[in-house]
Amino acid sequence: MNSLIHPAAWVHLDWVLVVVLAWLVIGVVGVFALRRFRFVATVLFPVSALFSLLLMALALSAAGSAAEVAVLPIGLPQLPFHLRLDSLSSFFLLVIGGVSAGVSAFAAGYFRQGEGTPPGLICLEYHIFLASMTMVLVADDAYAFMVVWETMALSSFFLVISNHRIPEIRNAGFIYMLVAHVGALGILLCFGVLQANTGDYTFANMRAQHLSPLWASIAFVLAVFGFGAKAGILPVHVWLPEAHPAASSPVSALMSGVMLKIALYGLLRVSFDLLQTRIWWWGALLLAIGLATALFGVVFSTVQVEMKRLLAYSSIENIGLMCSGIGLSLLFSAYGMKTLSALALTAALYHVISHAFFKSLLFCSTGAVMHATGERSLGKLGGLMRYVPWVAWPTLIGVLACAGLPPLSGFVGEWLLLQSFLFTTGLPSSFLNMLVPVLAALFALVAALSGYTMVKYFGVIFLGQPREEKLSQAHDAGMWERIGMVWLAAACVLLGLIPNQVIGLIDPVTQLLVSAGLAHSVSANGWLLVPVSIERASYAPAIFLLGVLACFAVAYMLVRQFYHGRTRRVPPWDCGYPWQTARMQDSAEGFGQPIRQIFEFLFRMKRELPSALDAQPRYRVTVEDPLWYWLYLPVARLVERISKLIGLLQQGRIAVYLMYSFVTLIVVLMVVKR
Amino acid sequence: MSWLGLLSQLMAIVMALLLAPLMTGWVNQWRARLQNKSAPSLLQPYLVLHKLFNKESVLAEHASPLFRAAPYIVFGCMLLACAIIPTLSTDLPLSPAADAIALVGLFALARVFISLAAMDVGTAFGTMGARREMLVGFLAEPALLMVLFCASMVSRSTSLTTIVETLAHREFTIYPSFLVTGVAFTMVSLAENARVPVDNPETHLELTMIHESMILEYSGRHLALLEWAASLKLLAYSCIGLALFFPWGIAEANAPLALLLALPVLLAKLAVGGFLLALIETLSAKMRVFRVPEFLGSAFLLAVIGLLVNILLGVS
Repeated sequence: MNSLIHPAAWVHLDWVLVVVLAWLVIGVVGVFALRRFRFVATVLFPVSALFSLLLMALALSAAGSAAEVAVLPIGLPQLPFHLRLDSLSSFFLLVIGGVSAGVSAFAAGYFRQGEGTPPGLICLEYHIFLASMTMVLVADDAYAFMVVWETMALSSFFLVISNHRIPEIRNAGFIYMLVAHVGALGILLCFGVLQANTGDYTFANMRAQHLSPLWASIAFVLAVFGFGAKAGILPVHVWLPEAHPAASSPVSALMSGVMLKIALYGLLRVSFDLLQTRIWWWGALLLAIGLATALFGVVFSTVQVEMKRLLAYSSIENIGLMCSGIGLSLLFSAYGMKTLSALALTAALYHVISHAFFKSLLFCSTGAVMHATGERSLGKLGGLMRYVPWVAWPTLIGVLACAGLPPLSGFVGEWLLLQSFLFTTGLPSSFLNMLVPVLAALFALVAALSGYTMVKYFGVIFLGQPREEKLSQAHDAGMWERIGMVWLAAACVLLGLIPNQVIGLIDPVTQLLVSAGLAHSVSANGWLLVPVSIERASYAPAIFLLGVLACFAVAYMLVRQFYHGRTRRVPPWDCGYPWQTARMQDSAEGFGQPIRQIFEFLFRMKRELPSALDAQPRYRVTVEDPLWYWLYLPVARLVERISKLIGLLQQGRIAVYLMYSFVTLIVVLMVVKR
Repeated sequence: MSWLGLLSQLMAIVMALLLAPLMTGWVNQWRARLQNKSAPSLLQPYLVLHKLFNKESVLAEHASPLFRAAPYIVFGCMLLACAIIPTLSTDLPLSPAADAIALVGLFALARVFISLAAMDVGTAFGTMGARREMLVGFLAEPALLMVLFCASMVSRSTSLTTIVETLAHREFTIYPSFLVTGVAFTMVSLAENARVPVDNPETHLELTMIHESMILEYSGRHLALLEWAASLKLLAYSCIGLALFFPWGIAEANAPLALLLALPVLLAKLAVGGFLLALIETLSAKMRVFRVPEFLGSAFLLAVIGLLVNILLGVS
C-alpha cells in the first residue's frame, strides 16, 4: 500500500484489492435488488465480468514482476492481514479472472429465471465466493488464509444449496460442508506444524523455519489431505459428484474450473514455497494418489447417466492428472533435477489453466442445455445440435479439449506431462525407474479413456435423434450465454495454439518454485514448442492445425473441381431397416456398458434383470462408489458409536452437569498444583 | 529447411496418396488368393474410389454439418499422419510439428470425429459402431503410445525422425524389447485398421462389425474420402511398423541418391508387409466383441513389458 491517495502509484496488489472490493459492492447492490431479475442479470453480472477482465489484465501484467507485500489492518487487534502477490499468485489470479469473465457473462443470461434463492442473494454469494477465492491467493499469513478459505467454503456452500427445497440438494450441501471442514482441519494443523512453535503464523516466518524431515513430512501429508479434500483427490472426492449436480451451472463452472485449482494452489504453496525440504517419497506419494484418482475419476465418469455428475467425475480425473504432474515435479526436485522438475510443474500448471477453461465451458453448456430443455439426464436428451447450435459448437470445442486432442489446449498439458514421464528414467533410484513406465502407461490409459467419456457426453446430448418429443421445442442460448461460452471456447483454442506464450507466463512460477524454467528453450524456437531440445521432442500446434486444415481444404476443392458437389437428403438408411426410432440409439447406460464390464472390480453394481415372462420388462442397473461402503460408512458408524458413548454422560439433569463441572475443577486444580 | 527436404516431404505426401489404395488392393488380392477365391484386380480400390466420387452423396435428412465435415477431417488427419512418418527420408520439414505423441493424438482426433459422425444420424448401427470404435481406441491408443515410447527410450527422443535416424543409421543393435513390442504393435495395428481378429473389413449387416457400421450412412464422395482415409491409415500403420522395426533403407538428410533408392526398398517392404497381413487375416478367425478388450489388453501389457525390458537392460 504505497499511498491510497495517488492511484498512479498503486501497485498490482492494490488493484487486485480494488477488484475484490468492487465484487463485494456488486454483491451488496444485489441484496438491495433482491428480486429484480432483469437488473441483477443484465447489469450486475456483466459489470462483474468487466472486473474479471481487469483482474485478468492485472495478472498478466504482474506475471514476472517482483513480489508485492501489503498489510491490511483488519481483523483482530495484533493480527492484521498480511498480503503478498508473487508469480504463483498472479498465475492463479489469471485463471480466476479469465474463467470468471466468461462464467459471469454466462450467468447474466442464466440467472434470468432464478432458482430457489432470490437472484439478488445468489449475486451476493457468488461475488463473495469470487472475492474470497481471490483473497486466498494473496493471503500471506495462516490467519488471513484460513479466514478467507472458510469464507470461500461457506459462500460456495450457500451457492450449492441455493435450491434448498429439494432434500437431495440439502444432503449434497451437507456432505460438501463436512468434507470441506475436515479438510480445513488438516490445513490448520499443517500451518500449526509449519510455524514450528514460534507462534508467528506469517508465511514469511514459515519459510524461514527449517523443519526436521519427520515434521516436514507430517506437514506435507496434512497439506495433501487438507487441500486434497478441497481438490477432490481419492479418497476425499465424494463431495464432488454430489455438490456439482446440486449447484446451478455457473456455480459448478466456478467450483470445478476455479475452486479446485485454488486448492492446488494451496498444495503448491505449502509443498514448494513454505516447506524448505523436499523428500523423494512425497513426490511418489502424490504421483500414486494422482494417478489412482485419475483412473478412478475417468472410469466412473464413463458410466454416469447424468450430465453434471459425468463432468464432476471428469474433474476428479483431471485433478488427478494435475496432482501426478506436481508429484513428478516434487520427485525430480527432491533429486535436484531442476529442469525436469520445471518441465513437470509446467505441465501441471498448463493443465490447470486449460482445465479451468474447458471444464467451466462444459459446465456452462450443461446449464444452457438445462435451460433449453429442462432435462439433466442424458437418457432424455439427444439431437440437440439442430436446435441449439450456439450451445453445441462451443461445447464441441470444450469436448475436444477435454479429450486431450491436438491442437486444443488439453493436449499440450498431456503432451508435456508425457514428456516428463519419459525423462524419468534418469532418476537415481532403480525402483522408481521401474515404476514410472507403468505409471506412464496408466496415464496414457486415462487420457484415452477421457476421449471415450467425451464422445459419450457430446454424442448422447447433441447428436442423434431427440429421445423425447419436447426436445424439438428447445430454444437456443441467449446473447449473454453465447458471449460467455464463446469466450471460454476461444480460450481453449488459443491456449492450445500458443503454448510458447503460455509457457512464458508459467516460467516465472517455475522459477520461483523450483528455480528453473522452460522459457529460454521455448522462446528460442518460434512456433515450435521445444521443452528441452529439438532432437528430443517438438510440437507445433499452429502448423499442426494448418496442416489438417490445408488437407481439408485441398481435398474439398479437388473433389468439387474434378467431380461434383451434388447431395440428396433422404431418411436415414440404417441397413434398410424401416422402423427406426430414437429409442434404438445407444442410451447413456449402453454407451458406458463396455467400461462397466471391463472395470467391474472398481464399481459396486446392482443389476435387476427381468425374467422372460415379464409383461413389462424392466432392466435396471445402479453403479455406486464402493468407497462409500468401504470407508465412509464405517467411519460414520464409528463416529456414531463414539457419540453414543459420550451421550451416556448427558443425563439432561442440571445437578449432574454441575457435578461434572465440579469434578473437572477438582481434577484441574490437582494438575495445576502439581 | 532445404529444397531437398521440401522435395522429400512433397514426395512423401504424393506417394502416400497414390500408394495407399494400391496397398489395400495388394492386401485384398493376396487375401483372396490365400482363401482360394479369384482375386480382384490390383487397381480395384482406385476404380471404387472413382466410382464413389462420381456418385451423388445421399445424406440423412437431419444430418448435421458435423456429419458432412467429418470425412474431410478424417482424411486430413490421415494424410498429415502419413506426411510426418518418415517413409522415404528422415528429412521432413513437417516432422518437427508433430512428434510420436502428437501422431497418436492425430489418430485419436480422427477417431473421435468419425465416432461423433457415426452418432450424428442416430441409427442403431451407427451408435453401436461408435461405442465399439471408442472401446477399441481407448485400449489401442495407450498401447501404441507405449510401443512408440519403447522406441523413444532407445533414441532418447519422441521425434519420429530422430527415432528412425537412431534406429537405422547410428547404431546397429538388436533390442530384445523390440521383439515384445513388435508383437504388441502388430496386435494394435490389426485392431486399429479393422482387420480380422478384431473386425472384418468385408462384412456388412453383421452385428459384429465396427468400422463398417460407423460409415453405413455415408455415400458418394464422403464415403470415397473415408475409404481413402482408411487405406491411408493402413499405409500409415505399416510405415510406422517399418520405421520402428525395419528402418533400414530410409534416406537421411541431404542424400539424394539414397532418396532414389528408398522408394523401391519401401515398396518391397510394404509388399512383404501386405502379404503377411493377408496371411494373418486368413489364418485367424474373427473373435467376439467382448474378447477384444482382452486381446488389446494383452497388447497393452506386452508394450509395457517391452518398456520394462528396456529399463532392465539399461538401454536408455
